Amino acid sequence: MASTEQTNSEVGQDGGHASGVFPPFDPSTFGSQLLWLAIIFGALYLLMSKIGLPQVEGILAARKAAHEGDLAEAARLRSETEEAIASFEKALADAHAHAEEIGNSTRDKLNAEIITKRKAFDAEITANLDAEERTIAEAKVKAMKNVGEIAAESTISIIQHLTGTAPSVAEATAAVSHVANA
Amino acid sequence: MAAEGEGAIDPIHQFVIEPAFHLGGLTVTNSAAFMIAILVIATLVMIVGTSQKALVPNRIQSLGELAYEFVANTVRGSAGHEGMRFFPLVFSLFMFVLIANLIGLIPYTFSVTSHIIVTFALAALVILTVIVYGFYKNGFHFLNLFVPSGVSPVLLPLLVLIEVISFVSRPISLSVRLFANMLAGHITLNVFGGFVAMLLASGTWAVILSPLPFAMTVALSALELLVAFLQAYVFAILTCVYLNDAIHPGH
Repeated sequence: MASTEQTNSEVGQDGGHASGVFPPFDPSTFGSQLLWLAIIFGALYLLMSKIGLPQVEGILAARKAAHEGDLAEAARLRSETEEAIASFEKALADAHAHAEEIGNSTRDKLNAEIITKRKAFDAEITANLDAEERTIAEAKVKAMKNVGEIAAESTISIIQHLTGTAPSVAEATAAVSHVANA
Repeated sequence: MAAEGEGAIDPIHQFVIEPAFHLGGLTVTNSAAFMIAILVIATLVMIVGTSQKALVPNRIQSLGELAYEFVANTVRGSAGHEGMRFFPLVFSLFMFVLIANLIGLIPYTFSVTSHIIVTFALAALVILTVIVYGFYKNGFHFLNLFVPSGVSPVLLPLLVLIEVISFVSRPISLSVRLFANMLAGHITLNVFGGFVAMLLASGTWAVILSPLPFAMTVALSALELLVAFLQAYVFAILTCVYLNDAIHPGH
């Protein structure tokens, strides 16, 4: 290049460039590059295959396992929750049914009691009424008998006042009963 | 090393291999130094960054997991579950090429993958793996790879020839694709960056034009970032496709 003279001495020291060979095609550097490449790439391969990649693989596997474990735990907790909800609802339904049962049985019992008590009252009242009716009937019969006697006595006294003669009790009684039966 | 700001455009200078430092009696070139950097970065991301093994990853661990899953999905998608035995190889290739390409985007750095010998060595490794594993697993049935089924016997020799040429050209296309992309991208970036420096240094009215190549450099940097990732991905997925041929050689 024309500028080689103007540039500083650094360029002049480069044997490879000064020789006019395009550096990537300069065979004199091939040996050392190949040697270094073999060393470095060999070391890189060993480090990656023995340490680096297994390490990352382990991390990824551990993360995957942790994720799957978390998901399984979440699923387990969810099914537990669902079980708890189901058992709660069952208990609630049982309690409802039980309460209804108690209500029904109590009502039935009370109804039955009321019915028996009313029957007992009815029977008592009926019995009392019968007794009263009998008493009344007896009193009436007695009263009616007294009425006959009073009527006969009144008849005797009325007739005595009118006629001056007193009819016999039998006659008066017959006359009264004759009139009462007419 | 990039030669921007030297006053003259020398886009080739960045590819020169020169001694970077001395380690004991060993001379470490810039290429070697950046390869070491690749190894260190890959180790930091994939081993140190993931060493906490956190269930909820931090940023670096996330990056490592992302790289792992990305390459693993690529291998599974292209070569099936049997291809996972080559996962460490494909992963190492992908990380090496990706980190090399990304480092190269930083100004004044060196792109390891801009040298054909490096990309060709990686491609040759892939093809050799394909050939060795292909024969090991399938025996001579591996050669069925070159014999398309259901073809008339008249055309068969021609097609076998084409298949052989296509197979032989694989390491070349695999290596040249990566090398040429990196080389061309870096030269283009350097040329436009050099324009900025030249226009600014001209001291005349041309200085006002300097934002134009600068905007171009910015846009190209974004493009090169895409190319850096894409080429690493292409290298990895083609490796998977070729390995799939070794695993399932029937057409």
